[in-house]
Amino acid sequence: MPAVAIQGVWKYFGDYPALKDINFDVEAGSCMALLGRNGAGKTTLLRILAGLSRSSRGQITILGKDARAEATRRTVSVLGHGIGVYEELSAFENLKLFARLYGLENAAGIANEWLQRTGLDRVRDGLVREFSRGMRQRLAVARAFLHNPSLLLLDEPFTALDDRAIKMLQDLLRAALAEGRTVIMSTHQLREALELATDVALINRGKLAFRGQRTREMLEDPTWLYRHYGEA
Amino acid sequence: MNFLRGTLAVAAKDLRSEIRSKESINASLAFALVILLLFSFAFDPTSDQVREIAGGLLWLVFAFAGTLILNRSFARELVNDCLDALLASPISGAQLFLGKAIANFVILIAVEALAMPVFTIFYNVRWTGSIALMVAVILLGTWGLTVIGTLFSAMTVNLRLRELMLPMLVYPMMIPALMGAIQLSTLLVAGEPVGADNQIWFRLLVAFDVIFSLLALALVETVLVG
Amino acid sequence: MRTKIIVLLSVLAGGLLAWNLHTILLRVPDEASQGAIFRVFYFHFPCAVTSFTLFFVAMFSGLLYLRKQDLRYDAAAAAINEVAFTFALITLITGMIWGRIIWGIWWAWDPRITSYFICLLMYFGYFMMRRAVDEPHRRARLSAVLSILASVDIVIVWKSIEWFRTQHPGPVLEMRGGGGMAPGMEAPLFWNVLVFLMLETALVLVRMRQQSIQSEIESLRRYAHAF
Repeated sequence: MPAVAIQGVWKYFGDYPALKDINFDVEAGSCMALLGRNGAGKTTLLRILAGLSRSSRGQITILGKDARAEATRRTVSVLGHGIGVYEELSAFENLKLFARLYGLENAAGIANEWLQRTGLDRVRDGLVREFSRGMRQRLAVARAFLHNPSLLLLDEPFTALDDRAIKMLQDLLRAALAEGRTVIMSTHQLREALELATDVALINRGKLAFRGQRTREMLEDPTWLYRHYGEA
Repeated sequence: MNFLRGTLAVAAKDLRSEIRSKESINASLAFALVILLLFSFAFDPTSDQVREIAGGLLWLVFAFAGTLILNRSFARELVNDCLDALLASPISGAQLFLGKAIANFVILIAVEALAMPVFTIFYNVRWTGSIALMVAVILLGTWGLTVIGTLFSAMTVNLRLRELMLPMLVYPMMIPALMGAIQLSTLLVAGEPVGADNQIWFRLLVAFDVIFSLLALALVETVLVG
Repeated sequence: MRTKIIVLLSVLAGGLLAWNLHTILLRVPDEASQGAIFRVFYFHFPCAVTSFTLFFVAMFSGLLYLRKQDLRYDAAAAAINEVAFTFALITLITGMIWGRIIWGIWWAWDPRITSYFICLLMYFGYFMMRRAVDEPHRRARLSAVLSILASVDIVIVWKSIEWFRTQHPGPVLEMRGGGGMAPGMEAPLFWNVLVFLMLETALVLVRMRQQSIQSEIESLRRYAHAF
């Protein structure tokens, strides 16, 4: 059973079709890079996978269940354009809150652990409203990983990260993949993402233009896909 | 008791945020004081007749100042897409709603507690009636306002012209709760006992609170996800 | 097919109404205490009863949308609410006219008129909200929820204002006066209820047809703009 099965998915906003007949599977333990120009439909698709939006037509199965099912939400992680952490709370308080929401025992301990792993332990009591963009993104990453999700849905996660933070995220993703977790990641930072990706999908104006394994060619020339399958 | 844990986590988060930023509570309190001032021009506070409507004035102040807080309840989650993070988590819509309603309730009671002494002074009110009953009325009435306000905040979270529409939607819905609270407050302010024929107002408040709490819990998931 | 139904209903309603008007205006004697103005009741009462019922029918249509996710139920609910709103407005206005003639006042804060006023406010909010949402399914969901809340609240509002006014009595706009009506006078009343129901159904169907044409225009417009 694939980790994610997308069958015949369409999404309309009014009469405008943002997604047209999307069909593909993602196997457990794989890392899929979701590519496409701005406005192609990557974010729309990720939101549907995350259960934040309903498809107009078609079906999504995540780990055998509906995207909105409670069991699914417990084991899926979403990192969107917004960082999803609270400005008026400290880094520690934010992580503790989400640990609680995900029903984890020892919320405080888990929060501390992830502050360390993302290099934020020195600012643990600082309020997020005082953080730099890079620090916020690190905290967002911590929030996304702390409940040990089986499926990670990441929308341009490398944005705003400096070199060290990029390496931190890559290490975390590698570790997660080694544990058999699944990652679907949309990205513009082609190089960093393609290094980790096992599979690639290209969305072009709402349609699936390409879906296949990530090849060396793609890695060496990140624009290869766009030139062959993207829009003119 | 997972339901309670999730709910209280949300409530604690809202309260902590509000205590640190004080954005809603300051605006609400200032508004309450301004309304009390405006009312003092419109209704002469020294006359005996006005003491008769004091209960009504009090609840108008609570309703206006309160909706300032309630309207922002879900809108503040839009910052940093936190609402998405909450909806993607395993907590149910009901837990999210209840947690926010509880936090809103506490904040509203705090504002009311601060506005009451000012009201007492401005209108020379002597609280001769039963304090316990007055507290009960305030708790029941405020919960009614809270449930409606929080629910409508969820409904309008992503709408344009939200600020313009919310008064239109929220105040008519609150009328039964306000009516009950006003009737009882007027009696208690005047020091009169709450007789048998006035008990109906208590029953109205309780019925309103129960019915709309249940409706809200049932409907909020539909409203938030789509 | 639908056009035929609309025409049929309208013709029947029109015919019945004409016959009824003849009865009401010419045959029925003046009411004992109120005089000629009492005839307004023959319109006020059916409007009140039918509009009230329609609000609840619309609520059920909304519930059906929530269950089946079929936008036609939402279109129906919106059309029904619009017609109900119009006739509730007529109820209010005929009530006010009657009050002006009988009591000399345009307005009295009695239970019925106040409840109707609040009802109109709530549904005004409903229409405002529908205008603020572009996405059809979202609009349908929020409308259905608002419809449920408004319908439940209307019942509570009605009862609470009744209790309020029993304690603070004011002029009571009780049109029937005394006990019931004389037997000969009741028949046109019930016929009129039927007339209004038919008229309202026809209007709902017309409104729904207008809505579907409107959404077709909008989708064509979007299609044209997409190039």
